[in-house]
Amino acid sequence: MTRSMTITEKILAAHAGLDEVEPGQLINCALDLVLANDVTAPIAIKEFRKIGVDTVWDAEKIALVPDHYTPNKDIKSAEQAKMMREFVREQGISHYYEIGCMGVEHALLPEQGVVGAGDVIIGADSHTCTYGALGAFATGVGSTDAAVGMATGEAWFKVPSSLKFNVSGKLGPWVSAKDIILHIIGMIGVDGALYQAMEFTGDTIDALSIEGRMTICNMAIEAGGKSGIIAVDDITRAYMDGRTERPWTEYFSDADAEYAHVYEIDASSIKPTVSFPHLPSNTRAAEDARDIWVDQVIIGSCTNGRLEDLRVAGEILKGRKVHENVRLIILPATQQIYREAMHEGLFDIFLDAGAAISTPTCGPCLGGHMGILAAGERAVATTNRNFVGRMGDPTSEVYLASPAVAAATAVAGHIALPEDLA
Amino acid sequence: MKFSGTTHKYGRDIDTDVIIPARYLNTSIPEELAKHCMEDLDAGFVGKVQPGDILVAEENFGCGSSREHAPISIKAAGVSVIIAKSFARIFYRNAINTGLPIMESPEAVDAISDGDLLSVDADTGTITNETTGASFQAQPFPPFIKDMIEQGGLVESVKQKLLR
Repeated sequence: MTRSMTITEKILAAHAGLDEVEPGQLINCALDLVLANDVTAPIAIKEFRKIGVDTVWDAEKIALVPDHYTPNKDIKSAEQAKMMREFVREQGISHYYEIGCMGVEHALLPEQGVVGAGDVIIGADSHTCTYGALGAFATGVGSTDAAVGMATGEAWFKVPSSLKFNVSGKLGPWVSAKDIILHIIGMIGVDGALYQAMEFTGDTIDALSIEGRMTICNMAIEAGGKSGIIAVDDITRAYMDGRTERPWTEYFSDADAEYAHVYEIDASSIKPTVSFPHLPSNTRAAEDARDIWVDQVIIGSCTNGRLEDLRVAGEILKGRKVHENVRLIILPATQQIYREAMHEGLFDIFLDAGAAISTPTCGPCLGGHMGILAAGERAVATTNRNFVGRMGDPTSEVYLASPAVAAATAVAGHIALPEDLA
Repeated sequence: MKFSGTTHKYGRDIDTDVIIPARYLNTSIPEELAKHCMEDLDAGFVGKVQPGDILVAEENFGCGSSREHAPISIKAAGVSVIIAKSFARIFYRNAINTGLPIMESPEAVDAISDGDLLSVDADTGTITNETTGASFQAQPFPPFIKDMIEQGGLVESVKQKLLR
């Protein structure tokens, strides 16, 4: 009889070849996928060369996505993308997405069926935790860990203890997955889940789409979490069926599994939420932030650049105009989302409103390109971080919000709720 | 390994965007990254840091992005060791992997002021504040990580394992 385990412990035990694991235990795990992007891959490739192997462990299980500074913003970033592209060709890496097929990695890989339930995935990008939405253990690492993963197909982990967030009840109007996760980060702080796995359960989570679940798991890192995870259900199966390229395995927490803490959250108490500068945990109700006037609104990113997010923005922007003092930039996260949004007529709504529509890129989220802020400027963004200088000048400010609040803000010119609009 | 240097002390939740802003991530050359280390938190840092100096910070140092450019820039700027109350987990891994010594000691952090002269023995975990005379013991690394550090970091330890 093995000990009762959480979903995270079960996935890690299976990949370490063990019957059971417990929090704090150091283990070596077999990996199902290693990911890097145009910022992190160059260092990973340099480190890979030092290991003394000629070829990657499995060319089918490495994903390289040029999404941060692409389409290349300058000569230096072009050199980084080139280095990655040459490595892809040299090694015959199959999961590479050139400009024209490229999307923001954490929206792209689930969409393309590259990640699935029960996987252990490391990615040289902190938002790798997004894939927990499909019932996988996925965690961000640095380039050196990714290099060793590419060479050996293994990584070491300290088994994390788990926090359970049980969310129940009905969400209010215009309250979304983004508001749930901002609410949780505001409640526990930016290191409230440090080194821990965040497991999300409850009927509110069960009612969310895969897209909403990805928004929640995506921001586990903003609470310091090692991973975020939501167990597989029929919604997950419907998403993965016919899409996920490898067989997947479903794991479920035992009823008597141990948690470091269980948080009970009443969904009906969550309001549309905004994170004020300069920490994601600095949350306030959007209704108390109407005095914040903004210069730019960004709708996109691995957090909120999926079709569901664009539909919400479209619902609010339809027949309305972006405020004369606001620049609204909308970035569909992948080419497929771009095409679907166009076919649904969302592009006409966005263009009529006076929004700019960008090719997929991480761009402005990290202050890379495609919407950098000048000194003293303010943005509302559906992205994930609002640190000092995150989107541009160190004196600029980023306010994190849902697509609904972001779209309403673009029209009103100040932080607003959809019901504020005439 | 023994280090001694002047303290540069900062607060909690020092994120990797202020350690090395993304506008400089179009390169991975350590010397280039070092020029902009801590730029958005303390624009004077690069001008005042001397080889061997020591960074001291409160909780959750290195939160945010997974960019290994952060520990690389700190190391290339000349910092010998970081002492914090706690580290964000990706930064913790990255520092060990890139050979930048880190130590966790809440007691030491509370008893160190900006500008204090410190001496540190990374092998024993002893931190001495030469300015005040106080001494502290950092939390030891698990043996697995200690072995990896002694072998010269993750890549070296994997390389040696593959050769065996």
